[in-house]
Amino acid sequence: MGSETRGPQGFETAIHSGPNTVAEFHQRRSVVSQLRQLLHQTPSIVPLIVLVAATIVFGIILGGRFFSAYAMTLILQQVAITGIVGAAQSLVILTAGIDLSVGAIMVLTSVVMGQFTFRYGLPPFFSVACGIGVGALIGYINGFLVARVKLPPFIVTLGMWQIVLATNFLYSANETIRAQDIETQAPLLQVFGETVRVGGAVLTYGAIMMVVIVCVLAYVLRHTAWGRHVYAVGDDPVAAELAGVQVKRILISVYVLAGIICALAGWALIGRLGSVSPTSGQFENINSITAVVIGGISLFGGRGSIIGMLFGALIVGVFSLGLGMYGTDPQWTYLLIGMLIIAAVAVDQWIRKAAA
Amino acid sequence: MEPILKARGLVKRYGKVTALDHCDFDLYPGEVLAVIGDNGAGKSSLIKALSGAVRADEGQIFLDGKEMHFSSPLDAREAGIETVYQNLALSPALSIADNMFLGREIRRSGFMGKYLRTLDRKTMGRLAREKLNDLGLLTIQNIDQPVETLSGGQRQGVAVARAAAFGSRVVIMDEPTAALGVKESRKVLELIQDVRARGLPIVLISHNMPHVFEVADRVHVHRLGKRLCVIDPKLATMSDAVALMTGAKQPEASMEAA
Ligand SMILES: Nc1ncnc2c1ncn2[C@@H]1O[C@H](COP(=O)(O)OP(=O)(O)OP(=O)(O)O)[C@@H](O)[C@H]1O
Ligand SMILES: [Mg+2]
Repeated sequence: MGSETRGPQGFETAIHSGPNTVAEFHQRRSVVSQLRQLLHQTPSIVPLIVLVAATIVFGIILGGRFFSAYAMTLILQQVAITGIVGAAQSLVILTAGIDLSVGAIMVLTSVVMGQFTFRYGLPPFFSVACGIGVGALIGYINGFLVARVKLPPFIVTLGMWQIVLATNFLYSANETIRAQDIETQAPLLQVFGETVRVGGAVLTYGAIMMVVIVCVLAYVLRHTAWGRHVYAVGDDPVAAELAGVQVKRILISVYVLAGIICALAGWALIGRLGSVSPTSGQFENINSITAVVIGGISLFGGRGSIIGMLFGALIVGVFSLGLGMYGTDPQWTYLLIGMLIIAAVAVDQWIRKAAA
Repeated sequence: MEPILKARGLVKRYGKVTALDHCDFDLYPGEVLAVIGDNGAGKSSLIKALSGAVRADEGQIFLDGKEMHFSSPLDAREAGIETVYQNLALSPALSIADNMFLGREIRRSGFMGKYLRTLDRKTMGRLAREKLNDLGLLTIQNIDQPVETLSGGQRQGVAVARAAAFGSRVVIMDEPTAALGVKESRKVLELIQDVRARGLPIVLISHNMPHVFEVADRVHVHRLGKRLCVIDPKLATMSDAVALMTGAKQPEASMEAA
C-alpha cells in the first residue's frame, strides 16, 4: 500500500474556510487603459474619428464647396474601386496573408469581360460571368499554393501579380476597347458607371456596389461561422486547426472570394473608365493595402473590421479631394497618407498591448 | 472488457527524433487513466496521435474495436473524442463563447439561420456561461470578452470546460491543471470525477503525482516514447511511479501486462 496520503492534501483544507467567490476580473483601469480596451474591441473607431475630423477640418477651410452632397458623393465615387478591391484585400489580410495580385486580377478580368464580348462576340452577360470565373480561378490558385503547398502569401501573390499582369498584356495585345463601342454594343459592361441622383448627391452604381459588398462582408464576418473561422485562422492557425476549424478550406475559400470580388471591381472599373484598358488600375494593390492599414486591420491577421477598411479608403478620398480643392501640390496628399499609414500601424501596436 | 480507445504499435518521428516508438495504449470504459512520464517522453505526441492532431507514421488506433484513421482533430472530435491540448488551442482574439463553439457553432432557427446562416449568439452565450458555471472556475462578467484578456488559469478553465461539455466518448486532458491555482486545480479534479460519473472515460496527463494518485484508476507510465508499464495506484506508491518513469527502477512482470 502507498505510504503517501491520497485525496486532497492537508494544505487544501484552507480552501473551504476562504470566501466562496470564484476568480473575478479586477477592473482597476485608468482612462488610458479604458480607451485602449475600447479601441481593442472596436478597432474601426480610430479611422472613423480621423475620417470625421478630416471632413470637419476641410469643411471649415473650404466651406460649402466641400461640405456639399455633391462633393461628399464624389468622394464615394472616387474610392469605389479602391473600396471594392480593399474588401478583397481585407479578407486576405484578416487571415494574416497579403494579396499583391488584387490589382492585376481586376485589370485582367476587365479585359476578359471586354475581349470576350468584342473579340469572340459572346453575349456581354456571359463575358461578365467568364471574367468572374477567371477571378475565382486565379484566387483558387493563390489559395491552393498558400494553404496546401504552404508557400508564403507574399511570395505567391508577388509571383501571381507578375504572371497575371503579363497575361493581361499578352492576351489583350495592349489593345484598348473604346468607350463608344462599349456604349453602343455592350452597355451592360458599363452599368456600374451609371448614376443615380438624389438632390445634389450623385451616386454611381459602382459606389453603391462598394457599400453593399462591405456591408455584406461585415455581416458575414461577424455573424456566420465562416466569418468567425476567418478570424480564428488569422489569429492562430495551429490553435484553430486543433479547435476544429478546417484551416486549409477556409484559406482557399478566402482567396477564391477575394478573386471574385476583384473581378467585380474589374467590372466596376469598366464603368468608371468607360473603356477597357489593360494599362489601368496599376496602383490598386497598393491603394487597397493602404485602405486596409489606415482602416486599422492588423497585418498580423485576426484583428480589425472591414468597416474600418471602408473608413480608411474614405480618409484617402477626403484628403485627395480636400487638398485638390484647396489647390496644393498632389504630393502633399501622398505625404499625408504616408504619415497616416505609419501612425495607423503605431496605434495598432499600442492597442495590441491591451492584450498583454 | 474491450478497451474503448486502443492503440497498437504507434510510431511518430520528427526528423531524427522518435517521439513515439511502437507505443501501445489502452483506455477502458468509464475509467480515469493517468499518463505520466518525464518531459519529452512523448506523452503529448501520444495524445495528439489519438486525437487526430498528428498522424502516426505507423500503428493502428481503435475506437470501440473499430479501426480509425483520423486525418484531422475534427475527425476525432466527430467520433466523440474531445481534447484539452497542452497549449490549449484557443483563439486569443475571439470571445469565450466563440471559442467554446468554434467549429460547432449553433445557427438561428428559421429563415435567418437557414439561408443567411446567422449565428445564434444568445443560445451559445447562455450555454457557454452554464458550462463555465458548472466548472465553477470563474465567474465571467462578459462571455463576449476576448480570451486574450483572461489570465492563464482562466484560459485553461475555458479549454477544460469546452472539452468536458462536448466530449461524448472520451475526454483527453494534457496537463489541465498546469497553470491553475490550488483551488482551481481542485475544481478540475472534481470536474474529472463528474465527467467519470457521467460514464465518460478520461485520459489525464499530469506531472502532479498527488493529483494522479487521487483520481486515476490506472496509471500508464510512459518512458522513451512507449508504454513502460501500467500500475495500479492503490497498490503502488508515488515513489514507485517516479522511480519507474525516470528509469531508476524496472517494472515487475505483473505490471507489464496490465
Ligand atoms: N512538432 C515537433 N517537432 C519536432 N519535434 C517534436 C515536436 N513535438 C514533439 N517533438 C519531440 O518529441 C519528443 C516528445 O515530445 P512530447 O511533447 O510528446 O513530450 P511530453 O511527454 O508531452 O513532454 P512534456 O512533459 O514536456 O509535455 C520530444 O523529444 C520533442 O522534442
Ligand atoms: Mg506534453
